Amino acid sequence: MIRMEDVHKAFGSNRVLQGMSLHIPRGSSMVIIGGSGTGKSVALKCILGLIKPDTGKIFVDGKDATKGDRDAFLARFGMLFQGGALFDSLPVWQNVAFRLLRGSLARPQDEARAIAIEKLRRVGLKADVADRLPAELSGGMQKRVGLARAIAAEPEIIFFDEPTTGLDPIMAGVINDLIREIVTEMGATAMTITHDMSSVRAIADNVAMLHDGVIQWTGPVADMDHSGDPYLDQFIHGRAEGPIEAVR
Amino acid sequence: MNPLDALAALGRSILLMLAKTGQIAMFAAGAVSHFFRPPFYPREFANALLNIGWMSLPVVGLTAVFTGGALALQIYAGGSRFNAEAVVPQIVAIGMVRELGPVLVGLMIAARVTSSIAAEIATMKVTEQIDALVTLSTHPMKYLVAPRVLAALITVPLLVGVGDIIGIAGGYVVAVQNLGFNAATYLQHTVDFLEAKDVISSLIKGAAFGTIAAMMGCYYGMDSGRGAQGVGRATKSSVEAAAILILAANFVLTGVLFSV
Repeated sequence: MIRMEDVHKAFGSNRVLQGMSLHIPRGSSMVIIGGSGTGKSVALKCILGLIKPDTGKIFVDGKDATKGDRDAFLARFGMLFQGGALFDSLPVWQNVAFRLLRGSLARPQDEARAIAIEKLRRVGLKADVADRLPAELSGGMQKRVGLARAIAAEPEIIFFDEPTTGLDPIMAGVINDLIREIVTEMGATAMTITHDMSSVRAIADNVAMLHDGVIQWTGPVADMDHSGDPYLDQFIHGRAEGPIEAVR
Repeated sequence: MNPLDALAALGRSILLMLAKTGQIAMFAAGAVSHFFRPPFYPREFANALLNIGWMSLPVVGLTAVFTGGALALQIYAGGSRFNAEAVVPQIVAIGMVRELGPVLVGLMIAARVTSSIAAEIATMKVTEQIDALVTLSTHPMKYLVAPRVLAALITVPLLVGVGDIIGIAGGYVVAVQNLGFNAATYLQHTVDFLEAKDVISSLIKGAAFGTIAAMMGCYYGMDSGRGAQGVGRATKSSVEAAAILILAANFVLTGVLFSV
């Protein structure tokens, strides 16, 4: 479904991606792990076209992601941003129904609102949240609204950028379970980037570890604990000693 | 210091300035092109009209009324040195309409609107709301920039017109109440002295200054760096750039519109 081939991206002298290649099969949930600043978010944004790779190819369903109708391409995606990225000036329901109120997927306002409220219920929020502003919600509720927005237009592919960052462990567990349930019931292809190993175990079918700008290891989540890869072992066990340099 | 190093530093500064000018020109051309290409966002445009036009009325009105009053006092005091106190209505009218109205309204818009637009868009950028817009198939130039610039282009000339009237009224009140002018004569002199060209030039300047103010807010907001510091720098730079460009444009437009 999604294939990255030898993708390079540098910001000035900082070479973030140095030949990243990755395949995410249709309907699977891929979780990319790696230390801070290893380029996980950059990889995700390259697929979406928010950042242009310096070299390399990205294909979605065998088609070059940089070519063709951009609106139609993006209409296939939903995305949950790390901080929620909710629009401050719009009430919650308009955030959730944003795509349904404009553009090629536009619906009548009443219908869009009904869908938004249904999606809010799906992520565990009551209908009375719909008319509040994002600033009036807690961090956990904002994540849920972001999740509702990501799934509002029933996308084929959903990206989750650090879905549990900033949440307490219980709320993180709730969000992880929601993501897993939603991805399974929608049959969507999912790509998640996270540091949180509990998220990895809850969400992933497959795991890829990004280090030094390349995929260091990739495989099914069940193989992660006995991969024999010293980088992956160090990361998943959170050890300071190992091949990954830890700055003290 | 080696003279060549100084020359190289000067050259780098000039190249940077040219590059920035080019970037702003490209940004402005892109923004204007979205005025004419669908989809359009009428609700965003209506909000921008309200925020830039209606919500700026109090600050524009207060600026104009005090400036008009002070201008009347100054002209009266200055004119009395050579027995020319009677020209207060004419000079207040021409001073407000040709220069002070458009420039002060432009600068107040730069302070109020440019800073607000830059801070809002920069915050949206650092909180990934701009990226979210893109992933939701919404072009940020169409959704954020074009409505604001178009709203400023339409509303700031109106604000300038209102400011001109309020400024003249401020001068009128001071002249009649404090300086002993006859009310009817004052108004008659004001109306007789002003020409259509004065009013039209004021509105043209308002349109230019409004466009500059909104464009700078949008450009520096979209170009913002990361974090609170990035937002702060974007806001500061946008107001500086808007104020300087407004004053420079005023000089150029005055030369073009009133060349003898």
